[in-house]
Amino acid sequence: MIQLSNVHKTFNTGKPNQVVAINNINLQINAGEFIVIVGANGSGKTTLLNLLAGNILPDSGLISIDDNNVTRLPEYSRSKWIARIFQNPLLGTAADLSIIDNFRLAALRTQNKGLSIGKNDKFKSLVKERIATLNMGLEDKIEQPIGTLSGGQRQALTLLMSVMDTCKILLLDEPTAALDPRSAEQVLRIADDLIRQYQLTAIMVTHNLKDAGKYGSRIIQMGEGEILKDVSGSEKQNLKQNDIYDWFG
Amino acid sequence: MDFYLTALLQGLCFAGIAFGIYISMKIFNIPDITTDGSYTLGGVVSGAMLTHNLSGYLILPAVLLAGALAGALTGIIHTKLKINALLAGILVMTALYSVNLTILGRSNLPLLNMPNLFTLITFTTNINQNSLIILTGFVLVFTLLIGYLLKTDFGIAMRATGNSEPMIRALGVNTDRMKITGLALANALTALSGYLIVQLQGFADISMGIGIVIVGLGSVIIAETIINWLRITSVWWSLVLVMAGAVIFQFVLAFTLNIGIDANLLKLVTAVFVLLIVGLPRLTGRQA
Repeated sequence: MIQLSNVHKTFNTGKPNQVVAINNINLQINAGEFIVIVGANGSGKTTLLNLLAGNILPDSGLISIDDNNVTRLPEYSRSKWIARIFQNPLLGTAADLSIIDNFRLAALRTQNKGLSIGKNDKFKSLVKERIATLNMGLEDKIEQPIGTLSGGQRQALTLLMSVMDTCKILLLDEPTAALDPRSAEQVLRIADDLIRQYQLTAIMVTHNLKDAGKYGSRIIQMGEGEILKDVSGSEKQNLKQNDIYDWFG
Repeated sequence: MDFYLTALLQGLCFAGIAFGIYISMKIFNIPDITTDGSYTLGGVVSGAMLTHNLSGYLILPAVLLAGALAGALTGIIHTKLKINALLAGILVMTALYSVNLTILGRSNLPLLNMPNLFTLITFTTNINQNSLIILTGFVLVFTLLIGYLLKTDFGIAMRATGNSEPMIRALGVNTDRMKITGLALANALTALSGYLIVQLQGFADISMGIGIVIVGLGSVIIAETIINWLRITSVWWSLVLVMAGAVIFQFVLAFTLNIGIDANLLKLVTAVFVLLIVGLPRLTGRQA
């Protein structure tokens, strides 16, 4: 599904604050895997995610998705495979636009945004139906600016938005970092459900080791731009939160 | 009364600038001041083509295209060369002065007694009233076109570009191209105002655009104050209010002249008026 070969990224090359963010990483991600990435600050987790998304381009190496070389492809061209959930709920939605407008754009992630009006009654009822599954009572507020909702509600809607159009890969960058514990749990449960339901390949960066133990089919620990640990299968399922704590010892 | 009718006519002509500023400032969140140049560009292109007796059906597309090119240029400088939008606008505006002078061939070009948009159809023999009918229809058509555009999928993507760039890029939109398109559209509409005013006034002048950006800003700010006040979210109403903003702005200026304030002070009055509209909500808010 996703292949990274000898991918390298250095920031501020040649300056005193030069830092190797990703150090010749090789990584193979299979279809349907739910990978959780943990690691200390500055270990390269987010850079790795950004390299996959395309808003950072690597210095060297090769990135391919579904056997397509996407190494130099800009972010907006990778949207046909990738949907993103940002750490900041404000970034993942357009605050001044209504919920329905946000969903309309999400429904066209892999397509052209043309000169026809696609926001018709049929589309509205589809969105209402989807939003109703969240049980948040938001289905009657679709004309409301999405910025009037709480961070948790916005993050839940962003998750739903990612599957409005065909989606293969879901990137989640600390999706719950800005949320209270209860909303965080709810959002992760929604994410987990959607990943299963739509058989997505998902990559989530998190600082919460409890979540890292609970979710995902594979866990990767990063440090200084390299992959330190890579655990999957039954070994991952048997992994306890304390075991992961010990990695950071 | 004729005095205010003229103000209404001028206001409708300036609706184009108001829409342009609304698109660049409110929708794209880009402070674009190519306006002074692209407005004059619209005027001089119309003037030059009218004096060469070219068909009216050619003049309008030519004006829109010229304005769009000017805006696209600002957009390209801003996005591709990563230059501050204000500076990009100033650069294009400055360069346009020479371009406009070259097209016009002189600093002032009278266009009186020449068949134009306002003599195209005769509804009534009163020239001003006839102009009002034609102008209203004309502005209405453009309002409908912009309103429709903003409702389309493309329009929603446009609005999202000014709102949350990371989001809309992740949703597959080339934001650079979108901004260039947006600025092209905004300045095409600005040029449209130049096209209208030149035909209404009967002359094109190289300095007609000096400080005109304030007319657009003022109109949009008036509209925005009302929009916030009435909590309007509808695209249609927003556009109607922007158009109304342009008219109100001209009425205020007409009123100022009418009560006998020196015409030389008009720009000062304009600036103070805009300051008042911007500042008033803050001042009253503090008291509350």
